[in-house]
Amino acid sequence: MTNKKIDRKTEIQILDGNQAAAQGAKLSRVQVIAAYPITPQTPLTETLSKFVEGGTLNAEYVAVESEHSALAVCVSASIAGARTFTGTSSHGLAYMHEMLHWTAGARLPVVLACVNRALGAPWNVLNDQQDSISQRDTGWIQIYARNNQEILDSMLQAYKIAETVYVPVMVCYDGYVLSHTEMPVAIPSQEDIDRFLPPYKPHTILDPADPKNYNLVTLADPRANTEGILCHGYMELRYLLQEALQNSKETITKVGQEFGELFGRSYANMFWEDKLDDADIVIVAMGSLAMEAIVAADILRKEGHKVGVLGLRVFRPFPAADLVKALKKSRLIVIFDKNISYGSEGATCSEIKSALYGNHMNAVIRNFIVGLGGRDVKARELAEAVNKSLLSLKEGVLNSEYPEWICYI
Amino acid sequence: MINGYSTRICKHICSESSPGIGEGGRTGEWRNSHPVIDPQKCIPARQNKPTCFICWLYCPDAVISKTIPIQINLEYCKGCGICSQVCPAQAITMVTEEEFCSE
Repeated sequence: MTNKKIDRKTEIQILDGNQAAAQGAKLSRVQVIAAYPITPQTPLTETLSKFVEGGTLNAEYVAVESEHSALAVCVSASIAGARTFTGTSSHGLAYMHEMLHWTAGARLPVVLACVNRALGAPWNVLNDQQDSISQRDTGWIQIYARNNQEILDSMLQAYKIAETVYVPVMVCYDGYVLSHTEMPVAIPSQEDIDRFLPPYKPHTILDPADPKNYNLVTLADPRANTEGILCHGYMELRYLLQEALQNSKETITKVGQEFGELFGRSYANMFWEDKLDDADIVIVAMGSLAMEAIVAADILRKEGHKVGVLGLRVFRPFPAADLVKALKKSRLIVIFDKNISYGSEGATCSEIKSALYGNHMNAVIRNFIVGLGGRDVKARELAEAVNKSLLSLKEGVLNSEYPEWICYI
Repeated sequence: MINGYSTRICKHICSESSPGIGEGGRTGEWRNSHPVIDPQKCIPARQNKPTCFICWLYCPDAVISKTIPIQINLEYCKGCGICSQVCPAQAITMVTEEEFCSE
């Protein structure tokens, strides 16, 4: 990470991931917070409620009885014109599923921190990315942070992105690996953040003087309103959501670039690269796992292989065209997933294969499922998986139908 | 865009409406039966006086007029049948659309 232009007012603090996310919400001047505690997100809600109780954050903290209600509160507050925040993990996110669709369909710029954790059965409180990947198709933008600095920075950018394109943003970070691990984090001043992030301009306002009905029953066909203007049917509104996510790529990179100009850490790309320039073998991973991949790439480089790492940062919208360019020179792509689409393969693997189709690429692609339910992922294991994949390269078998698992079966 | 029509002209990005008749769409399209009033039995019609109007009071969609004779707006009547249940003179019968069309 480059630190070319650290602002003079920047303060370095030692923060865990949850504290970094809480700082991000505070600096974004959120007005309504509704969250229900769940491991490993709990310290995030505790930190925020302390800010509110201590008077350092002027926001309404709504204590709710469930995650479904938490997001319902955010939806209502957002429609009324407030900047809102919630955070959850695993079963909590699954319980929010219905409201996730509702938030995106209503085009509300809610920001949600998802502290990635495995789902039951069996019960497990540790990290993998099955929870947020399972919410892939709800219409939310998904950003995955690789370290605590990125959690804070992604939170700040998330509001700007969401409020520009009117699409909710999920900021995802790995449970424990980031949420409970302390790292130095540069915190910009409130003054600088206020320059970066203007107040929320809602597209919906509840005003008794001009009564409106939002997100009403909308049937299959377009309808004329009382003024005779043809209004969207259900399908047109869903088209607009897809269009907004397609177009959001431009906003995400623009906001990331602007952030870089102001704070010295650029996020102008939807993924980051390490040693990719001369690499013909590329490891792809998302979140903190990609940091481990850097260590694996170093091991492999010592063995004489030209290995680079591509760390996915934005998963929705998926940066397909840019990825094709970045992977053009590779002859072996090894993709590690902390999630699995049962009966198929890891989600990022499917996405990458789909992106490469029709681009005259003949790279061998291998997919490994790793780190489910908190299983430790060692750099050495990742390096071994790449070495194993090199055999497939010799055999010239481009695709494999199913992924391999790094586990004791 | 289909046949030159695009709903982009409404400029909405989520579903929204202002209060007004028909803002929820032509909800009468859901109906599978509708009320038919017998003027020989309907109290205001029979007496030619503004009395009763219990059907007008109970209609959840406000599609029944407070006039003589009583009018029902079938563009929006969903055919719930509450009017026929509350009519003290049993003047309202629900006729299925199938029966109505075959008549």
